[in-house]
Amino acid sequence: MTADAALLERTWADRPGFAGWLAAVDHKSIGKRFIVTAFCFFVAGGLLAALMRAQLARPDNKLVGPDLYNQLFTMHGSTMMFLFAVPVMEAMAVYLVPLMVGARAIAFPRMNAYAYWIYLFGGLMLYVAFFLKVGPDAGWFSYVPLAGPEYGVGKRSDFWAQLITFTEVSGLLVSIVIITTIFKLRAPGMTLDRLPLFVWAMLVTSFMVLFAMPSVMLASTMLIMDRLVGTQFYNPAAGGDAILWQHLFWFFGHPEVYFIFIPGLGFLSMLISTFSRRPVFGYPAMVLSLVATGFLSFGLWVHHMFATNVPELGKSFFTAMSMMIAIPSAVQIFCWLATLLTGRLNMKTPLLFALGFFFILVIGGLTGVLLGSVPLDLQVHDTYFVVAHLHYVLIGGAVFPLFGAWYYWFPKFTGRLMGERLGRWNFWLFFVGFNVAFWPMHHLGLQGMPRRVYTYSAEMGWGTLNLISTLGAFTIAASVLLFVINAVTSLRRGTPASANPWGAGTLEWATASPPPSCNFVELPVVRARDPLWDPAAEPGSPRRVQGLAEDTREVLVTTLMEARPDHRMASPAPTPWPFWSAVATAVMFVGSIFTPWAVVWGSIPIAIAVIAWFWPTRAETRKSLEREKQPALP
Amino acid sequence: MIGHALHDALDAAGPQAGHIVHLWWLTVAICTAVFAAVMAALVVALKRAPRAQAGDPPDVSSLTRAEPTLFRAVTAAVAASAVLLMVLLVASIATDRAIASLPGEGALHIEVTGHQWWWAVHYDDAQLDRVFDTANEIHVPVGRPVIVSLESADVIHSFWVPNLHGKKDLIPGHTTSISLRADKPGIYRGQCAEFCGLQHAFMAFEVVASPPAEYEAWAQAQRRPAAEPSDAQAQHGKELFMSGTCMLCHAIDGTTAGARMAPNLTHVASRRTLAAGTLENTPQNLAAWILDPQKAKPGAQMPAHPLDGSDLGALVAYLETLK
Amino acid sequence: MRNAAIACLAALALAAACEREARRIDTGMPPVKSAGPRQGTLQPGVPGKGITASAGPLYQEGNALYVATGKRLFRWYNCNGCHASGGGSYGPALTDATWIYGSSPENIHETIAGGRPNGMPSFRGRIPDEQVWQLVAYVRSLGGFVAKDVTSARGDSLGVVDK
Repeated sequence: MTADAALLERTWADRPGFAGWLAAVDHKSIGKRFIVTAFCFFVAGGLLAALMRAQLARPDNKLVGPDLYNQLFTMHGSTMMFLFAVPVMEAMAVYLVPLMVGARAIAFPRMNAYAYWIYLFGGLMLYVAFFLKVGPDAGWFSYVPLAGPEYGVGKRSDFWAQLITFTEVSGLLVSIVIITTIFKLRAPGMTLDRLPLFVWAMLVTSFMVLFAMPSVMLASTMLIMDRLVGTQFYNPAAGGDAILWQHLFWFFGHPEVYFIFIPGLGFLSMLISTFSRRPVFGYPAMVLSLVATGFLSFGLWVHHMFATNVPELGKSFFTAMSMMIAIPSAVQIFCWLATLLTGRLNMKTPLLFALGFFFILVIGGLTGVLLGSVPLDLQVHDTYFVVAHLHYVLIGGAVFPLFGAWYYWFPKFTGRLMGERLGRWNFWLFFVGFNVAFWPMHHLGLQGMPRRVYTYSAEMGWGTLNLISTLGAFTIAASVLLFVINAVTSLRRGTPASANPWGAGTLEWATASPPPSCNFVELPVVRARDPLWDPAAEPGSPRRVQGLAEDTREVLVTTLMEARPDHRMASPAPTPWPFWSAVATAVMFVGSIFTPWAVVWGSIPIAIAVIAWFWPTRAETRKSLEREKQPALP
Repeated sequence: MIGHALHDALDAAGPQAGHIVHLWWLTVAICTAVFAAVMAALVVALKRAPRAQAGDPPDVSSLTRAEPTLFRAVTAAVAASAVLLMVLLVASIATDRAIASLPGEGALHIEVTGHQWWWAVHYDDAQLDRVFDTANEIHVPVGRPVIVSLESADVIHSFWVPNLHGKKDLIPGHTTSISLRADKPGIYRGQCAEFCGLQHAFMAFEVVASPPAEYEAWAQAQRRPAAEPSDAQAQHGKELFMSGTCMLCHAIDGTTAGARMAPNLTHVASRRTLAAGTLENTPQNLAAWILDPQKAKPGAQMPAHPLDGSDLGALVAYLETLK
Repeated sequence: MRNAAIACLAALALAAACEREARRIDTGMPPVKSAGPRQGTLQPGVPGKGITASAGPLYQEGNALYVATGKRLFRWYNCNGCHASGGGSYGPALTDATWIYGSSPENIHETIAGGRPNGMPSFRGRIPDEQVWQLVAYVRSLGGFVAKDVTSARGDSLGVVDK
């Protein structure tokens, strides 16, 4: 390690010990925690699903009663959507985006830490409630009036609504962090048209989050107010409207599917490029497709509500939109096929997961076209056909790419490669198990099996297909177990990885595996879309950034479009106050489930914690003043 | 599904479900073709592309050299997708219009109200003496359009008879409606399709489509108030019904029982099922249901009635007279 | 520190949850058979006299489902017809501080089960005893005797805008 590297490590490292752990602001520490936490929720949600499948394996089963079953599927849906799928994509971005854009640190690192803690506390609250038998039971969509004050008895739906508040606060903050990082902290020379496609995907996703999540926060806050203080937003008897909930919820809910799916597309572009040993064909088309998907996804929400009173013309519009959104996805799929066709394939586990995506997602996308059509939707809506469709889309479109991404970036996260043999078993079991579990559900839906039923009578004749589906579900569980085993053993005994074990082209592979606390000892200057594959370095042009302080946390801010160096900015030091702010926020959120006064007294500790968070220290102030007077030139 | 009730979205028994089935097969055909094409392209790519290792130098020639063949192929594929989607869009909208334009002359008007977890059915008519109520069973004449108005008494439900039509939600505070026509006689099972609480799974009903004459005979029978029980046992059962909990929630036309919180029982013995399409309507099932409804439908809002053998027998005997 | 915070949250939730949220739907309600309608013996202004039933462990006014069921039965059995959502019309108001026959659970139970002169019918023997107790819990919630986090903030029923 050079002297520079040692100094940078001292400057950027999080503090040691448990107190240091709580105070961590390094995006890599937070990102890893985020990923592990989200994975734990994935496993928890999966176990709930396994229990549901066990209950449905045979007709008239008495394993689980209706009360628990309703909590199970509500918890499963809420966990997978709010505690796994969206956060895990953000978690991957929190770890990878600063590395991919060649930044020393993430923007707003303390806010990033706060967002993680808020997310963790929200998830814990939900599971504590569930184990105390106060698990929400009105579905992950919590339609009123079933989730309203009269029919949603007790505090169950309040916990659900407050979970939304937790995860949305977290999601919005992370989005701001990611957008700012992408816009202002890119390495010099990384113009917008040189952004890696995953970074583009996260940029689009983050903007979608900013526009979609306020809608559901509004909706869930109105729900809490209806339930807690007797407002009448959703009460038709007093001029409210139950349909208002559905519009607000799905205005968020449909884009949400895409902010799970779009990062998956981003992963795929990275995987396919690296393992085909060539840049993805049609970069501009790929970027435009991502952006188009982002826009179009806001025009689909009514296709969840075709069975309500929607005017005919309105329905036709939403059908047209639902079909149109297939086009940008098709563009990307064809571009990837072209890339694979003209590339040279390195058939490793990450690529297998990417290939699995093609099979599953294309089926899911085509059944999606089916569901976008009003007449067909009226038949299969709210049946197991939709259950099949959404799992084909979300598991095929997001979880398969995500597993591929985990195999791909595991060496970057940990410095060791994951086992290839177990990886293949993991893939094939998942792939086969998935199709065995979910393909029969298409048929069940057409035979009229509705969603969210805790059991069915033997005379319906749905027993065999359900049993097959359950066997498939357990196969998936076995496959995920293999993944865990693979990850744990590789962590200890995996092949040590070099900086760039896959021969990839993007910047995160330019630094050591795992990266040092400062990300890059030598901050890169970018001259191509895949900087590590850059064939012709212009002679005389700078290869690295010079002039950033090494003894203080300093990041280089660049311009929005061209990424020209603009100014240097101090990046905040580790502090436990984001953690304490999150604790105070959690107390207020949970308290306000029980009494509206919690909002009043609960805001006092938050104010104190946030003031402490922003309180400047003398040392910091002195240092930054010194630097302003005399920049540390080499 | 009790007896031979049909429950299958692809086995159409009416014009609307029929249109949907046609659209279904067209869409499935196109989607299958697209899927096959994409998979074929993937297989070709996997077969044709040479293998490489991580250490092999990447091929970055595409950065400087255009790939016109690939460009044309991708453009053609996207264009083909757009055309196929357009075909599906037009077909879908045409089907939607066909479904919406069911001629409504001489339509039968039925009002269905969703309750947790059963269906109240009210047959409307311009002549007041032809109006009647029933529950969980809808009879319709074959070939005659039926306009079903849908309302909810509590939470959102969804009315779905897959063999006849798609779904329509029952939303508190809104009145929705759905038009149906059964073209084949038969018994079609319907089911609540919007999650509505504990017994959503067993909130079913049946649509019985019969020839017009048969339907008219049924309706005529339904319009008559309940007959006075003739034997002593049934008479005792009626006394129990009227003096106990039953009449606080249930109605039997022609008696003092007129509550609307629970299914109308005026002709309960004529129905095929009990407990919203859950149990076959036999005296044994009826007795078991009265004793402990929670056994068949945990969470159901009817309380248990631990009547002793003779009282239970009398009550069941009375209800069995309500043909 | 973090563990302590989690423990605190859990304890808080536990304390609030266990009684309020318990549900007994799978076993159904234990029904009580009794000898049929009988007029009560209570007199106005003498609340302690003539009570025949005492609120046993079955009576749970701290349980949300229990109170909510009482509310549903209040509507189903047309208590609204006289008490008008608790506001009172032909029958006395239930949301005020005046309790002619006493406000304890036992007194209200006796009032519902036994009936009262001038129009209050007797429900003893007509409805299961547990339903009477559920009605008691709801009536007491109207009077403000029941913890706020157990009751619902408002109704969703379409008939009237009830509490």
